[in-house]
Amino acid sequence: MEDTFDKLNLFVNFGLPLLLLMGAYFIGSVIEKNHFRSIRRREDEQRGFPVVSFDTMPEDWKVSSSDMVTGSIVISLDYFKRVIAGLRGLIGGRIKTYEPLLERARREALLRMTESAREQGYDAVFNVRLETSRLANATRDGKGTAGVEMLAFGTAVKLVSRFG
Amino acid sequence: MDISSSSMAISNTETIPGRKIVEFYGVVTGNTVRAKHLGRDIMAGLKNIVGGELKGYTELLQDSRQEATERMIEQARSMGANAVVNVRFATSSISQGAAELFAYGTAVRVA
Repeated sequence: MEDTFDKLNLFVNFGLPLLLLMGAYFIGSVIEKNHFRSIRRREDEQRGFPVVSFDTMPEDWKVSSSDMVTGSIVISLDYFKRVIAGLRGLIGGRIKTYEPLLERARREALLRMTESAREQGYDAVFNVRLETSRLANATRDGKGTAGVEMLAFGTAVKLVSRFG
Repeated sequence: MDISSSSMAISNTETIPGRKIVEFYGVVTGNTVRAKHLGRDIMAGLKNIVGGELKGYTELLQDSRQEATERMIEQARSMGANAVVNVRFATSSISQGAAELFAYGTAVRVA
Protein backbone atom coordinates (compact mmCIF):
# COMPACT_ATOMS: atom_id res chain seq x y z
CA MET A 1 0.00 0.00 0.00
CA GLU A 2 2.72 2.38 1.03
CA ASP A 3 4.74 1.32 -1.97
CA THR A 4 2.02 2.16 -4.50
CA PHE A 5 1.49 5.47 -2.79
CA ASP A 6 5.18 6.28 -3.16
CA LYS A 7 5.10 5.37 -6.81
CA LEU A 8 2.02 7.49 -7.36
CA ASN A 9 3.68 10.35 -5.53
CA LEU A 10 6.79 10.02 -7.66
CA PHE A 11 4.69 9.99 -10.80
CA VAL A 12 2.69 13.07 -9.84
CA ASN A 13 5.79 14.98 -8.80
CA PHE A 14 8.17 14.10 -11.62
CA GLY A 15 6.48 11.92 -14.21
CA LEU A 16 3.55 14.20 -14.92
CA PRO A 17 5.52 17.40 -15.49
CA LEU A 18 7.97 15.47 -17.64
CA LEU A 19 5.14 14.00 -19.71
CA LEU A 20 3.59 17.43 -20.02
CA LEU A 21 6.94 18.90 -21.10
CA MET A 22 7.43 16.30 -23.78
CA GLY A 23 3.86 16.52 -25.03
CA ALA A 24 4.02 20.29 -25.10
CA TYR A 25 7.29 20.19 -27.00
CA PHE A 26 5.96 17.94 -29.76
CA ILE A 27 2.56 19.58 -30.19
CA GLY A 28 4.11 23.04 -29.87
CA SER A 29 6.64 22.30 -32.61
CA VAL A 30 3.95 21.02 -34.94
CA ILE A 31 1.80 24.10 -34.34
CA GLU A 32 4.77 26.37 -34.96
CA LYS A 33 5.75 24.62 -38.17
CA ASN A 34 2.18 24.74 -39.51
CA HIS A 35 1.88 28.38 -38.59
CA PHE A 36 5.06 29.31 -40.45
CA ARG A 37 3.86 27.37 -43.48
CA SER A 38 0.53 29.20 -43.45
CA ILE A 39 2.29 32.55 -43.04
CA ARG A 40 4.57 31.92 -46.00
CA ARG A 41 1.67 30.81 -48.20
CA ARG A 42 -0.44 33.86 -47.32
CA GLU A 43 2.49 36.20 -47.76
CA ASP A 44 2.90 34.88 -51.29
CA GLU A 45 -0.78 35.66 -51.94
CA GLN A 46 -0.37 39.22 -50.70
CA ARG A 47 2.73 39.92 -52.76
CA GLY A 48 2.29 42.95 -55.01
CA PHE A 49 -0.09 44.69 -52.62
CA PRO A 50 1.73 47.77 -51.34
CA VAL A 51 2.12 47.79 -47.56
CA VAL A 52 4.67 50.39 -46.57
CA SER A 53 5.95 52.06 -43.45
CA PHE A 54 6.46 55.52 -44.98
CA ASP A 55 4.47 58.19 -43.27
CA THR A 56 3.75 60.09 -46.47
CA MET A 57 2.45 58.74 -49.73
CA PRO A 58 4.14 59.16 -53.08
CA GLU A 59 2.82 62.44 -54.46
CA ASP A 60 1.33 61.01 -57.61
CA TRP A 61 -1.10 58.84 -55.66
CA LYS A 62 -4.62 60.26 -55.86
CA VAL A 63 -6.72 59.08 -52.95
CA SER A 64 -10.47 58.66 -53.08
CA SER A 65 -11.00 57.37 -49.56
CA SER A 66 -9.08 56.13 -46.56
CA ASP A 67 -9.53 54.43 -43.22
CA MET A 68 -7.45 52.89 -40.51
CA VAL A 69 -6.93 49.13 -40.57
CA THR A 70 -5.53 46.91 -37.86
CA GLY A 71 -4.51 43.32 -37.36
CA SER A 72 -3.60 41.66 -34.12
CA ILE A 73 -2.77 38.37 -32.48
CA VAL A 74 -2.15 37.11 -28.98
CA ILE A 75 0.33 34.28 -28.96
CA SER A 76 2.11 32.18 -26.37
CA LEU A 77 5.05 29.82 -26.10
CA ASP A 78 4.54 26.18 -25.28
CA TYR A 79 5.26 24.89 -21.80
CA PHE A 80 8.57 23.28 -22.75
CA LYS A 81 10.01 26.36 -24.39
CA ARG A 82 8.81 28.53 -21.54
CA VAL A 83 10.73 26.41 -19.09
CA ILE A 84 13.82 26.58 -21.32
CA ALA A 85 13.45 30.35 -21.60
CA GLY A 86 13.08 30.58 -17.83
CA LEU A 87 16.28 28.64 -17.28
CA ARG A 88 18.07 30.67 -19.91
CA GLY A 89 16.92 33.77 -18.09
CA LEU A 90 18.94 32.69 -15.07
CA ILE A 91 22.25 32.78 -16.91
CA GLY A 92 21.33 35.46 -19.40
CA GLY A 93 22.18 35.68 -23.05
CA ARG A 94 20.18 35.13 -26.17
CA ILE A 95 16.85 33.36 -25.67
CA LYS A 96 16.40 31.57 -28.95
CA THR A 97 13.04 30.02 -28.12
CA TYR A 98 11.37 33.42 -28.04
CA GLU A 99 12.66 34.67 -31.38
CA PRO A 100 10.47 32.57 -33.71
CA LEU A 101 7.46 33.25 -31.50
CA LEU A 102 7.75 37.01 -31.84
CA GLU A 103 8.58 36.75 -35.51
CA ARG A 104 5.55 34.69 -36.41
CA ALA A 105 3.26 36.84 -34.29
CA ARG A 106 4.48 39.97 -36.04
CA ARG A 107 4.14 38.51 -39.51
CA GLU A 108 0.68 37.17 -38.66
CA ALA A 109 -0.48 40.58 -37.39
CA LEU A 110 0.79 42.23 -40.58
CA LEU A 111 -0.97 39.63 -42.69
CA ARG A 112 -4.26 40.10 -40.88
CA MET A 113 -4.02 43.85 -41.37
CA THR A 114 -3.26 43.41 -45.07
CA GLU A 115 -6.05 40.89 -45.55
CA SER A 116 -8.56 43.16 -43.84
CA ALA A 117 -7.52 46.07 -46.09
CA ARG A 118 -7.87 43.93 -49.18
CA GLU A 119 -11.26 42.57 -48.17
CA GLN A 120 -12.54 46.11 -47.82
CA GLY A 121 -11.32 46.95 -51.31
CA TYR A 122 -8.39 49.19 -50.47
CA ASP A 123 -5.42 49.49 -52.83
CA ALA A 124 -2.57 50.11 -50.41
CA VAL A 125 -1.68 50.51 -46.76
CA PHE A 126 0.86 53.05 -45.63
CA ASN A 127 2.33 54.38 -42.38
CA VAL A 128 2.31 50.86 -40.97
CA ARG A 129 3.29 50.65 -37.32
CA LEU A 130 3.87 47.61 -35.12
CA GLU A 131 3.35 47.41 -31.42
CA THR A 132 4.13 44.71 -28.91
CA SER A 133 2.62 44.37 -25.48
CA ARG A 134 3.01 41.77 -22.82
CA LEU A 135 -0.23 40.36 -21.58
CA ALA A 136 0.65 38.64 -18.36
CA ASN A 137 3.55 37.22 -16.45
CA ALA A 138 4.78 33.71 -16.60
CA THR A 139 6.73 32.42 -13.68
CA ARG A 140 10.13 30.87 -14.09
CA ASP A 141 8.85 27.30 -13.90
CA GLY A 142 6.71 27.98 -16.96
CA LYS A 143 3.39 28.35 -15.19
CA GLY A 144 0.92 31.17 -15.68
CA THR A 145 -0.33 32.71 -18.89
CA ALA A 146 2.40 34.15 -21.02
CA GLY A 147 0.71 35.96 -23.84
CA VAL A 148 2.30 38.51 -26.10
CA GLU A 149 0.10 40.72 -28.20
CA MET A 150 1.24 42.03 -31.56
CA LEU A 151 -0.66 44.81 -33.18
CA ALA A 152 -0.14 46.09 -36.70
CA PHE A 153 -1.96 49.18 -37.86
CA GLY A 154 -1.85 51.55 -40.75
CA THR A 155 -3.85 53.80 -43.01
CA ALA A 156 -5.50 52.03 -45.93
CA VAL A 157 -6.26 54.06 -49.03
CA LYS A 158 -8.35 53.65 -52.15
CA LEU A 159 -6.67 55.18 -55.14
CA VAL A 160 -8.21 56.91 -58.12
CA SER A 161 -5.14 56.03 -60.10
CA ARG A 162 -1.81 54.99 -58.77
CA PHE A 163 0.34 56.62 -61.41
CA GLY A 164 -0.85 60.14 -62.01
CA MET B 1 -10.80 44.34 -37.04
CA ASP B 2 -12.00 47.36 -38.81
CA ILE B 3 -12.52 50.57 -36.98
CA SER B 4 -14.61 52.17 -39.64
CA SER B 5 -16.66 55.01 -38.37
CA SER B 6 -19.57 56.28 -40.42
CA SER B 7 -18.95 60.00 -40.70
CA MET B 8 -15.65 60.23 -38.87
CA ALA B 9 -12.43 59.80 -40.81
CA ILE B 10 -9.58 58.35 -38.81
CA SER B 11 -6.00 57.69 -39.74
CA ASN B 12 -2.62 57.18 -38.13
CA THR B 13 -0.95 59.67 -40.45
CA GLU B 14 -0.67 63.36 -39.81
CA THR B 15 -3.40 64.20 -42.28
CA ILE B 16 -6.33 62.41 -43.83
CA PRO B 17 -4.86 61.36 -47.19
CA GLY B 18 -6.08 63.58 -50.00
CA ARG B 19 -7.76 66.11 -47.68
CA LYS B 20 -6.69 69.25 -45.93
CA ILE B 21 -6.89 70.12 -42.25
CA VAL B 22 -8.71 73.39 -41.65
CA GLU B 23 -9.10 73.40 -37.89
CA PHE B 24 -7.53 71.74 -34.83
CA TYR B 25 -9.53 70.76 -31.76
CA GLY B 26 -6.82 69.15 -29.63
CA VAL B 27 -6.02 65.69 -28.35
CA VAL B 28 -8.85 63.21 -27.82
CA THR B 29 -8.56 59.96 -25.91
CA GLY B 30 -10.63 56.87 -25.28
CA ASN B 31 -9.91 54.01 -22.94
CA THR B 32 -11.25 50.79 -21.58
CA VAL B 33 -10.08 48.59 -18.73
CA ARG B 34 -10.67 44.88 -19.05
CA ALA B 35 -10.15 42.06 -16.63
CA LYS B 36 -9.51 38.62 -17.99
CA HIS B 37 -12.54 36.47 -18.57
CA LEU B 38 -12.75 33.35 -16.43
CA GLY B 39 -14.00 31.00 -19.16
CA ARG B 40 -11.56 32.33 -21.69
CA ASP B 41 -8.75 32.13 -19.18
CA ILE B 42 -9.32 28.44 -18.58
CA MET B 43 -9.17 27.81 -22.32
CA ALA B 44 -6.13 30.03 -22.64
CA GLY B 45 -4.50 28.17 -19.76
CA LEU B 46 -4.92 24.90 -21.62
CA LYS B 47 -3.73 26.41 -24.88
CA ASN B 48 -0.74 27.77 -23.02
CA ILE B 49 0.66 24.28 -22.59
CA VAL B 50 1.10 23.69 -26.31
CA GLY B 51 1.59 27.32 -27.30
CA GLY B 52 0.26 29.13 -30.33
CA GLU B 53 -2.46 31.68 -30.75
CA LEU B 54 -4.77 32.36 -27.81
CA LYS B 55 -7.86 33.22 -29.86
CA GLY B 56 -10.00 34.19 -26.90
CA TYR B 57 -7.50 36.84 -25.92
CA THR B 58 -7.03 38.07 -29.48
CA GLU B 59 -10.77 38.70 -29.72
CA LEU B 60 -10.99 40.21 -26.25
CA LEU B 61 -8.28 42.74 -27.04
CA GLN B 62 -9.76 43.52 -30.45
CA ASP B 63 -13.16 44.26 -28.93
CA SER B 64 -11.59 46.37 -26.21
CA ARG B 65 -9.53 48.36 -28.66
CA GLN B 66 -12.60 48.92 -30.80
CA GLU B 67 -14.44 50.26 -27.80
CA ALA B 68 -11.59 52.57 -26.82
CA THR B 69 -11.50 53.89 -30.39
CA GLU B 70 -15.24 54.47 -30.38
CA ARG B 71 -14.97 56.48 -27.18
CA MET B 72 -12.20 58.55 -28.70
CA ILE B 73 -14.36 59.18 -31.77
CA GLU B 74 -17.30 60.11 -29.57
CA GLN B 75 -15.20 62.72 -27.81
CA ALA B 76 -14.01 64.11 -31.12
CA ARG B 77 -17.58 64.27 -32.40
CA SER B 78 -18.74 66.18 -29.34
CA MET B 79 -16.05 68.77 -30.08
CA GLY B 80 -17.38 69.21 -33.60
CA ALA B 81 -14.50 67.50 -35.36
CA ASN B 82 -14.99 65.36 -38.45
CA ALA B 83 -11.70 63.48 -38.35
CA VAL B 84 -9.12 62.12 -35.94
CA VAL B 85 -5.56 62.04 -37.20
CA ASN B 86 -2.30 60.60 -35.91
CA VAL B 87 -4.09 57.90 -33.91
CA ARG B 88 -1.93 55.84 -31.55
CA PHE B 89 -2.71 52.81 -29.43
CA ALA B 90 -1.26 51.91 -26.08
CA THR B 91 -1.69 49.09 -23.61
CA SER B 92 -0.80 49.18 -19.96
CA SER B 93 -1.33 46.50 -17.38
CA ILE B 94 -2.61 48.01 -14.18
CA SER B 95 -2.80 44.92 -12.03
CA GLN B 96 -2.41 41.20 -12.41
CA GLY B 97 -5.15 40.15 -14.78
CA ALA B 98 -6.40 43.58 -15.81
CA ALA B 99 -5.25 45.75 -18.66
CA GLU B 100 -6.02 49.19 -19.92
CA LEU B 101 -6.23 49.78 -23.63
CA PHE B 102 -6.35 53.27 -24.89
CA ALA B 103 -6.42 55.13 -28.13
CA TYR B 104 -5.55 58.75 -28.66
CA GLY B 105 -5.26 61.11 -31.53
CA THR B 106 -5.76 64.69 -32.67
CA ALA B 107 -9.27 65.84 -33.44
CA VAL B 108 -9.40 68.02 -36.54
CA ARG B 109 -11.76 69.35 -39.15
CA VAL B 110 -10.83 68.39 -42.68
CA ALA B 111 -12.13 69.86 -45.89
